[in-house]
Amino acid sequence: MSEVTTLPPIVAAIRESRRALARLLTRIENRAAAAELTALYPFGGKAHLIGVTGAPGTGKSSLVNAMAKAYRAEGKTVSILAVDPTSPFSGGAVLGDRIRMRDLHGDAGVFIRSMATRGNLGGIARTTLDMIRALDAADFDIVLIETVGAGQSEVEIASAAQTVIVVEAPGLGDDVQAIKAGILEIADILVVNKADNPGVESTLRALRAALDLGHRAERIMHHGKLMTIPAAPVVGEDSAWQTPIVQTVATDGTGVPELLAKIAEHRTYLRESGVQRLRERASLSAEIEERLRDLLLARLIEQIGAARLQATIERVVERQIDPNSAAQALLTESRGAAEP
Amino acid sequence: MSERKIRVLVAKPGLDGHDRGAKVVARALRDAGMEVIYTGLRQTPEMIVEAALQEDVDVIGLSILSGAHMALVPRILELMKAHDLSDVKLVLGGIVPDEDIPVLQQMGVSGIFGPGSDTQAIIDHIRKVVSLE
Repeated sequence: MSEVTTLPPIVAAIRESRRALARLLTRIENRAAAAELTALYPFGGKAHLIGVTGAPGTGKSSLVNAMAKAYRAEGKTVSILAVDPTSPFSGGAVLGDRIRMRDLHGDAGVFIRSMATRGNLGGIARTTLDMIRALDAADFDIVLIETVGAGQSEVEIASAAQTVIVVEAPGLGDDVQAIKAGILEIADILVVNKADNPGVESTLRALRAALDLGHRAERIMHHGKLMTIPAAPVVGEDSAWQTPIVQTVATDGTGVPELLAKIAEHRTYLRESGVQRLRERASLSAEIEERLRDLLLARLIEQIGAARLQATIERVVERQIDPNSAAQALLTESRGAAEP
Repeated sequence: MSERKIRVLVAKPGLDGHDRGAKVVARALRDAGMEVIYTGLRQTPEMIVEAALQEDVDVIGLSILSGAHMALVPRILELMKAHDLSDVKLVLGGIVPDEDIPVLQQMGVSGIFGPGSDTQAIIDHIRKVVSLE
């Protein structure tokens, strides 16, 4: 193909060789792939990025496995990024998502990568973003990002996706937990997995009630009549998308075709409404700001010097100065140092 | 600032269902700060090598208690070679008769740890054979 010859070497390599892709992903995790990321960025943007998140035990890995199989049946190529937490004590991790994905073995159209959060400075979200960009540039049709929906960083990772699926399951205890955790707000599609288990009705009821609270147009019972409180004028995005609830049994594939249909619908909605561009712009601007902050901080600390920083910290520890004044003073001093 | 971590695939090829040893080792390696990709029971050599490739691991740890190691290990080594994974270290745990040990080492198995092995010995071995550049 003539097109291939025009690709930068790294892009050609990761499209050609799974080994090259795997090695690049490692370098990205080790934060040693800046040049490659620069080279591949223009070649992404074609994959549909789908985040799958939810509490432990909801069957996320099995669902991701079932979704990948269904996408493969449609002839689409799939990569999976399975993110699990790093132990805060040892810095190690056991990544076990592949156990539930053994059906996908032997298919050259599927690539699975497990990733630990590593909990390092600057957050996991950025490394994950870079990993997703590599998978995107490697020309997969679908990138599935699986995270445990338990903490802020997982929510951030899921937000990197275009379509976010939040997985719930019956019988996991207090139905209100999910609402309290604030995770429903990020859902474009809600899945009730293990829908053949008892208690599915009450889970569905709780989710519907929670979703209704989030809707702009609220239906209420008032004086025995169903009334609608009109929607507020549309200011934000997402006003036209009503989060659907899909029931699945991931282990036998029940409901998965319906889920894929909803995902496709959401993708169409994102494109046609222009929401996709809005969201991308917002997340990219946040990312650039964050990177800028890191760069500035690194430069500032260099200017201030380790010794002076340490001395200031000591003064704060001794309560001679408060943390805010200390930061102000360091900033003023560094400005003086920076100006010729 | 290097953030390199040792990545280890822990797999159980063959048909025996005894995965306690593999789980104990997986946990010990995690507690030693390594990232362990645990793939579970009844893995074929093809599945193991493919997973090792995608996960870009430094070490493959096999647990074999079925006695099939003289069939499984050569097959896995052959596939590793075919996939250009010769720099990945292969460590074996489980039940291995003494007379097989030199033969397996000759084939390219980097470490063999029988029943009663200290997990610290496994950790030390992995740290020694994996050079983090």
